[in-house]
Amino acid sequence: MNHGQRNTRAISLPGRWFYLITIFFLTLSGFGQMPIFKRYYIADIPGLGWLAQFFVTHYIHYLGAILFLAFAAYMIIDYLVLKRKSRQMTATGYVRGALLVGILASGIFLVIRNLAGSNFSSSFIIFLDLSHLGLVMAFLFVSLYCLIFKKHWTTER
Amino acid sequence: MGQQISRRLFLKGGLAAAAGVAASSIPGTEALARPDESKQLATLIDISKCTGCEACVDACSEVNSAKYPDPQKPFPKMYPNRVPVEDWSDKQDVNDRLTPYNWLYIQHAEVEINGEETELTIPRRCMHCANPPCVKLCPWGAAKQLENGISRIDSDLCLGGSKCKKVCPWDIPQRQTGTGLYLDLMPSMAGNGVMYKCDRCYEKVAEGELPACIEACPEDVQTIGPRDEIIKKAHALAKEINGYIYGENENGGTNTIYVSPVPFEELNKTIEKGKGKPHLEPVKDTMAQANNLAAAMIVAPIAGIAAAVGKYYKRTR
Repeated sequence: MNHGQRNTRAISLPGRWFYLITIFFLTLSGFGQMPIFKRYYIADIPGLGWLAQFFVTHYIHYLGAILFLAFAAYMIIDYLVLKRKSRQMTATGYVRGALLVGILASGIFLVIRNLAGSNFSSSFIIFLDLSHLGLVMAFLFVSLYCLIFKKHWTTER
Repeated sequence: MGQQISRRLFLKGGLAAAAGVAASSIPGTEALARPDESKQLATLIDISKCTGCEACVDACSEVNSAKYPDPQKPFPKMYPNRVPVEDWSDKQDVNDRLTPYNWLYIQHAEVEINGEETELTIPRRCMHCANPPCVKLCPWGAAKQLENGISRIDSDLCLGGSKCKKVCPWDIPQRQTGTGLYLDLMPSMAGNGVMYKCDRCYEKVAEGELPACIEACPEDVQTIGPRDEIIKKAHALAKEINGYIYGENENGGTNTIYVSPVPFEELNKTIEKGKGKPHLEPVKDTMAQANNLAAAMIVAPIAGIAAAVGKYYKRTR
């Protein structure tokens, strides 16, 4: 082990890129659930026409969610089993983690809502829609703050 | 050497099988995959009985006119310029298509029955899908599905983005600019009015009454009842008249079941189709593709955990 070099991240470089790309496509396809990309010419940009096709953005959002669920489960177990002894979560790590838990929970309920046999009350569905969007906005702002001020999820103990 | 199974193929097959097993073994998932047919109310429309008298169209207008839009003019300027203004307030009498002021109209079809040229008339309105994409994909929850299968758009919440119309296989909801919640938010930057469509007289149905179109019909063209019973009736009627069914499986199943003496393919060729004039084509289940991925969402975290545990064992060995 190289004790001389301070490791500032718990995640490998490919893992970090996987996380960033998945979050990027989840955010893009998630915002694509609102009819805004055609109105504001973004879907007119070559290669982005799919952003105006609601069933495509819906499908891509689900694919992104599958990848993210697998990734999140891997990172949690990896931290608990292998990394917890040498690293600890930072405050911004806890904030981002809590926001992601909220996003995932509301997202899971929305997936259940979309199944033919579900019959959630309309007020609960409105709550899910707005909280999913609100939590994503909060997560993006916190992530931007962490990017600018170089805040990591974990730090060495 | 015989047929070889690559590691990728093996993993792919294994994951698909695991997804199926995981999804089917979780209590309630099977029930979630299908609508409750005993609770959802469906209507049976016997096309051979319809004379096209338009009593249903008039009754619909009379009962629902209080819900029609009352837009403020002039409309706020919307940006960018491509945002279309859709104004039906000066064309409220149009009744040969669906509009925000006309939620039901009569479609005409010229067909040949037993060698005789015959005109068939078809009442057209929202199909009230069993799993409605307009409701499920509305980003604000403005479109709602009631437990009895009625889907309706809440005009107090709708921002008029028209997504419901784009995801509807029949393009049923119709927009009126200059009305609704968007006027109180950022009218020039977001929203464009309210979407309107048949709500199958949900208040009347809640009171145990019939929807206006069914009540007013002098020919008893429509029957309403639990979906499973209506499907049985539709099949019995189709058998009796040697007819055809539309709406049972379209878009994964709807709560409007048409029975016709001629194939719907023939009807679809002759009806006038276009804006506000829905087709009668076969429709695949639009929600199915994404919903089929729901099983994979159950397996995904298990796969992630397995990968992390595998890494741990590799390290400790």
